[in-house]
Amino acid sequence: MSNSVKLHYDVSGEDFTRAGEASGNIKKVLKEIGCDADLIRNVSIATYEAEINMVIHANGGVVDVDIFPDHIDIVLADQGPGIKDVELAMKEGYSTAPDNVRSLGFGAGMGLPNIKKYADEMKIETEVGVGTTIRLKFYIK
Amino acid sequence: MNEYFHSVRLDEEKCKGCINCIKRCPTEAIRVRNGKASIISERCIDCGECIRICPQHAKTAETDRFNTILDYKYKIALPAPSLYGQFNNLDNVDYVLSAFKLMGFDDVFEVSKGAEIVSDASRVIMNSGKIPKPVISSACPAVVKLIRVRFPKLIPHILPLIAPMEEAAALARKEAVKKTGLKPEEIGVFFITPCAAKITAIKEPLILNKSNVNGAFAIKDIYPALFQIMDKIENPEDLSSSGIIGVSWASSGGEASALLKEHYLAADGIENVINVLEQLEDEKLNDLDFIELNACSGGCVGGPLTVENPYVAKARIQRLRRYLPVSCNHMENIEETKKMNWDKTLEGLSVLKLADNVVEAMTRLNDLNELHNNLPGLDCGVCGAPSCRALAEDIVRGNAKKSDCVFLMREKVDGEKMDTLVPAPFRKGKK
Repeated sequence: MSNSVKLHYDVSGEDFTRAGEASGNIKKVLKEIGCDADLIRNVSIATYEAEINMVIHANGGVVDVDIFPDHIDIVLADQGPGIKDVELAMKEGYSTAPDNVRSLGFGAGMGLPNIKKYADEMKIETEVGVGTTIRLKFYIK
Repeated sequence: MNEYFHSVRLDEEKCKGCINCIKRCPTEAIRVRNGKASIISERCIDCGECIRICPQHAKTAETDRFNTILDYKYKIALPAPSLYGQFNNLDNVDYVLSAFKLMGFDDVFEVSKGAEIVSDASRVIMNSGKIPKPVISSACPAVVKLIRVRFPKLIPHILPLIAPMEEAAALARKEAVKKTGLKPEEIGVFFITPCAAKITAIKEPLILNKSNVNGAFAIKDIYPALFQIMDKIENPEDLSSSGIIGVSWASSGGEASALLKEHYLAADGIENVINVLEQLEDEKLNDLDFIELNACSGGCVGGPLTVENPYVAKARIQRLRRYLPVSCNHMENIEETKKMNWDKTLEGLSVLKLADNVVEAMTRLNDLNELHNNLPGLDCGVCGAPSCRALAEDIVRGNAKKSDCVFLMREKVDGEKMDTLVPAPFRKGKK
């Protein structure tokens, strides 16, 4: 579709202080489009959690956003270690984050559960040693 | 009501059209047009950053002329507690308060007294659980305006109480009517303000039908006269009657600590405030009870209309506090909280939207992104907008042209010859 708004962000795995930039920018754009505040919150939280995951576990990745008049597609892809047991990873409180990240307040095991909670649809494609792609869909009411 | 009124004014003669203010403005509300800075009213939150930064002192706050006090039979000065931090070696507030009475005011009423009562009411509201946590302070009018234009979703979290200035003005007038037998309208109440945002809150209040305050004078304007009078006072009148809680509202964290709650956050400085609001919007700070936000660094002591450095002023107030009781003013009963409620509900504005219709907004956003990609990304400000993205936004909104960018113009005109005509840092040179 030609009249969608496409956004692309490279998420750096090198600099932890920049984690959250992509979700912050997406939020700004959605405000400019005039999306509903609750939708903006849902997108913002889900994307933030996924972005943080990419930085913590996968040394960064890419975020592609495609905004249509009735829905938003967000694809977050990395070439990280992959998720061994997706079902386990989806459990609240389960975390494999290293201690240095936990000391910053991350790694509480709420990342994936929160993404699922806030996105209308969520698909995880993952292969150990290859990487993880998370596809999110949000409906614009 | 003019909901886009603001109290920041430009002295056109002094303005050189430099780009200092457009760069500093936290809401990108200023553009340079025809060689002069111009404010986009609906975006301005009256934070006063432009007043602070302008090297020509062309930006001012619209205060009242001092002789407007003569329009009233009984004149009351309402000093903000931040005023107390402006004087060196002050260990008794009565010197400051007495000076107002020698200056032409009939009486003086400390805003810190109002603050103590608002603190009482805040505790009642916090304990009632009626406002979703974290509750956000409503004391800084620039922050309230910022939330209204950029974070409207957070409006239900704002503490719906009037500011200490309003409470103090109402009490001062009531007391004066009792004392003098005059009509309320014959009494003039004047706020001694550290900032421009308070002036706007007096002239065009957002949440009150009408302010209880009749006018405002800037601390920096009244300071020289006050200082001279204070110097000559030997035996000040016994006028002060507020404690640590009220006076502490002058600096960041004062209001929050007066709530006697543990889980609070106090942020000051407009960039920090914006960052905290972003996090709050993303529900990252849900474990907090209260959030105090001050647009100025250090809190009200850092107001653009003050004289002293905010941290010096804060240290002085800490010294002053040592000799004060905890609190001197209290609500008589819980019912009084109702008198401090807002008259109106605060409505959010959506100034960020590119168009009212989503599809149209998306089209504009695509245009904006494409324009932005074609701009040089130097954020030089020569076009009059604070950044390349802001120029792209102005263009899609129909408020600027592509040719406003000198670099795009350079490429249009013969490349090599033009190259020698642009400033050295931007020349491409020979490849």
